Amino acid sequence: MATFIPSSPVAHEQLGRGGGVTEPPVRGGGDDGQGDDGSDYVGRLRRARLGVAVAIAAVVMIFVSLTSAYIVRQGLPTFDSPSSSYVRDWGEVSLPLALFMVNTAVLLISSLTMEGARRSITRQSALAPVRSIPGVSLGEEWRFPWLGLTVVLGIGFLAGQCLAWSELRRRGFFIPTNPNSSFVYLFTGVHAIHLAGGVVALLWAGLTSLLHKPLESRRIVIDVTAWYWHFMALLWIYVFALLQFAR
Amino acid sequence: MGFALLVIIWLITFGSAYFFIAKTWWLPVGAAAAAHWIDGQFALTYVLMGIVFFAAQLSLGYIVCKYRERPSSGPVEYSHGNTTLEVVWTILTAVLFVGLNLMGSSVWASQRFDPAQPGAVPVEVTGMQFAWYFRYPGPDGKYGATSVKLMDPSAGGEAAVGLDTSDPAAKDDVVTGTMFLPVNREVDLSMRSVDVIHSFFVPSLRFKQDAVPGLNIHMHFTPNQIGDYEIACAELCGLGHYKMHGMVKVVSQEDFDKWLAAREAEKQ
Amino acid sequence: MATTATLHSHAPQGFIRKYIFSLDHKVIGLQYFFLALTAVWVGMFLSLLMRIHLVWPTASLPLVGEIRPEMYLSLLTMHGTIMVFFVLTTAPQGGFGNYFLPIQIGAPDMAFPVLNMLSFWTTFVGFVLILAAFFVSGGAPLHGWTGYPPLSAVQSAGPGEGLGADLWIASIAIFCIASLMGALNFITTTLDLRAKGMTLMRMPLTVWSWFITAILGLLAFGVLLSAGILLLMDRNLGTSFYVPLIVVNGQILGHKGGSPLLWQHLFWFFGHPEVYIAILPGMGVTSQVLSTFSRKPIFGYKAMVYAMLSIGFLGFMVWGHHMFMSGMSPYSAFAFSLLTMCIGVPSAIKTFNWLGTMWKGRIRFYTPMLFAIGFVSLFVSGGLSGPFLAQPVLDIQLHDTYFVVGHFHLIMGVAAIFGIFAATYYWFPKMFGRMMNEGLGKAHFWLTFIGTYAIFMPMHYLGMAGGTRRYSQYTEVAYLQKLMPIHSFMTYAAIITIASQFIFVINLFWSMFKGPKASDNPWESTTLEWTTATPPPHDNFGGRTPVVNHGPYEYGVPGTAKGFIMQNDPASTPAH
Repeated sequence: MATFIPSSPVAHEQLGRGGGVTEPPVRGGGDDGQGDDGSDYVGRLRRARLGVAVAIAAVVMIFVSLTSAYIVRQGLPTFDSPSSSYVRDWGEVSLPLALFMVNTAVLLISSLTMEGARRSITRQSALAPVRSIPGVSLGEEWRFPWLGLTVVLGIGFLAGQCLAWSELRRRGFFIPTNPNSSFVYLFTGVHAIHLAGGVVALLWAGLTSLLHKPLESRRIVIDVTAWYWHFMALLWIYVFALLQFAR
Repeated sequence: MGFALLVIIWLITFGSAYFFIAKTWWLPVGAAAAAHWIDGQFALTYVLMGIVFFAAQLSLGYIVCKYRERPSSGPVEYSHGNTTLEVVWTILTAVLFVGLNLMGSSVWASQRFDPAQPGAVPVEVTGMQFAWYFRYPGPDGKYGATSVKLMDPSAGGEAAVGLDTSDPAAKDDVVTGTMFLPVNREVDLSMRSVDVIHSFFVPSLRFKQDAVPGLNIHMHFTPNQIGDYEIACAELCGLGHYKMHGMVKVVSQEDFDKWLAAREAEKQ
Repeated sequence: MATTATLHSHAPQGFIRKYIFSLDHKVIGLQYFFLALTAVWVGMFLSLLMRIHLVWPTASLPLVGEIRPEMYLSLLTMHGTIMVFFVLTTAPQGGFGNYFLPIQIGAPDMAFPVLNMLSFWTTFVGFVLILAAFFVSGGAPLHGWTGYPPLSAVQSAGPGEGLGADLWIASIAIFCIASLMGALNFITTTLDLRAKGMTLMRMPLTVWSWFITAILGLLAFGVLLSAGILLLMDRNLGTSFYVPLIVVNGQILGHKGGSPLLWQHLFWFFGHPEVYIAILPGMGVTSQVLSTFSRKPIFGYKAMVYAMLSIGFLGFMVWGHHMFMSGMSPYSAFAFSLLTMCIGVPSAIKTFNWLGTMWKGRIRFYTPMLFAIGFVSLFVSGGLSGPFLAQPVLDIQLHDTYFVVGHFHLIMGVAAIFGIFAATYYWFPKMFGRMMNEGLGKAHFWLTFIGTYAIFMPMHYLGMAGGTRRYSQYTEVAYLQKLMPIHSFMTYAAIITIASQFIFVINLFWSMFKGPKASDNPWESTTLEWTTATPPPHDNFGGRTPVVNHGPYEYGVPGTAKGFIMQNDPASTPAH
């Protein structure tokens, strides 16, 4: 039975700790090095975008599984013993279409304002090197409150959904009323929870501005939140279409 | 150490294989028509997998012993693999596994793709926490209606399955706690459950099927040996799952007719 | 250097930042590891109680008293849930993956350190919740780790199905979220933080396994989360996703029209990838260890990568093989069955390649190697019962019997655990700067290898004879009573094997403090973690960024001074 032999000091030198090092920090993915101080903001932005894309994939799977549950539950009949036959019990729901349409418009506009925020801060960070040249002044321009507007619209959407839910209740459709109504609350509720997460991210983005975090860090937060936000809008259109047309 | 590994791995291989080959604990004797085909497929699978089991384990033991590091060991064979070999054993494995599966599929198809033949004995099996009930539709061949509102499990029998005695078709339905079947006749089962998922499992008859609430599942099998066979519930159904026990009694056609007639008579 | 600086500021000071809410993937990895270690002892204790009850149903045990049938079912449920989630999905991926993925690809940390820290603490909250289920009124649920409704959906269907079941669902839902967070980190890190020269096809197979596992988790855990939400709604809000019109305890319940099979489809769509999540990291570690200790490159690196990718991909298409007896269409059963047999092919390829790696090698029998060899044997044994279960016509006889229990325990409960042991013994020197005791390690190996075969091989005989699973005792059915000798044998084997695990724990903790000091590369291994200090510094490489010039398993290379090539050795060193 071999006994354990620690590596020799000679082997140590050859262990490559000294080998293949002391080169400039070239990243595996290829850094174009556009940060003016060589710091890795381009890499961080790319990484953050990749992260949010992966997160979106996970959220997609949640909605894919809810959709398949929706289709299955709608289609599968149940055995009714008194009649000894299979029956379907999906049920009808009268959707508050007007409210949903208004909310859709609110969300789509918020996507526009979100994109405005994203482009605004992208422009700001592109101009930052110019700004930092001593003696150059671009003037303090008033920046349109894209971010604030998006937060207001996002909260408005959530409030609108609450109104839609109370309208549903007023029409007599509660969570357990029938499977159709259960899914209406389920889909809109799960979407609203994810959207609320997006609102929290926006508030955090706003907070980073107040806390005077570096511009690039703020840019990254707003950029990835924007992609997430657009996804939330698309997701809402999907949910609305499913509930309206696939019932 | 390499030698010790070889010995232990080989011993475990031979030891476990012994009990498979000796059939110390084995499938119970098959008492259904399908048993011949099912057991045949079982035997084929077990022989083929057994060969693979021996080949893999014995070669593992051999390799770790033969290639243990010793002062006399030569240099290793510096190699990243062998593509031809990879392709060959991939194809062979695929052929083996897929071929085995396709052979078993024809047996599966014969058991499950088609409904019962006309003239099969209809029996409805109802599972509930924690008992099995069996209903025979009687001379009219129709099951009477049942309703959850009429269910009273504590009363047993017809009340346990919620038989609606006002339905004319229910008048000749017989509900029992033991399942009687005539030998050599196909049985057309309707499987139901009252509360949670149960599973009707009779090992000797090579039959198992989940009884799912909300569904009425049709299955069939053909018992071909007279005898008594135990039913063991095979889907976790609550604290009494371990004692949800029942009996299938396979008797001659004559005895079956007599038994059923006696049950019908009791209803009057 | 700016690269490391942007991802990492200076090493944290203060006990809380350093050890509790650390952002360092190495600390987080250890946190996951110790969480899993705690969970596995809880899980083993539960299984010990189960095995004792099966043989002596009326015995009154210290600490727990007499185990009533419903309590047995709670033990069973919690054993499965804790082991599958908090051990097998936690230690290999959250533990070793977190610790070594960044180092093996040459990165200073994970892509999102704060998210990493949050994912551990979320997992921890999940663990607290699952344990809490034991202590609430009604106790822990009794519906099995698979939680099939209506049993799991109806509060009156059994003891423990009240608050205990809600806590169980909540714990699992929180675990889902934690896993999704972890998966996000692993995927982004692997794709974006590889050092220069670390191409995908130069990544160690451990990294590939963690990467593929993360993708599986990303796509599967969301489905479990949805399933759990629907179950919570059925239980508490009166919906009927899963529950049709039923009568329980004489009460007609208010549900109607729901489909119990819907749960099964959703659960197993997650559940099958989950078992590959449990085993893939073990396969990665086995490849790594077999290659290192045979002093030979892995046989067929590319094939190994493609095999893991196929296993991952096919793993999403076979979930119906858990449902052959469920009332599902027999045509679907045929399709699932065929796909399931296909998944056996890449598994077989991996086995051939492991054997090929050791063939004509020079094998060194250190403890990690013993566990890797054990993995191969156990994977073969557990895997070969798969083709029986994959055929619906044989599954008629074997479904819900101990044959299935033996199958998944050999693979998940033993082989995957051997992967964790191999990883522990292999990477212990790097993590703690000391060597574990070889004598104790070997004793642990032999007792566990023989012991687990003794426990789980007989389950196949029991199952073929019709021995049903999830029975708290075999006293009520005549043909089952005759099978009791098998149960007795397994219980004695279990007692001995569980006792042997103390050897591991003692070795682990003793060696952490008193083991002989380890050099930087005691095993003469080639991957990047062995090029840095032991234990690694805060940013993993001491301010330097590795540059990779070689593949991961360059052992036995002719013409080299030391006989192997580290991944970051200069490019001029011979070979690929």
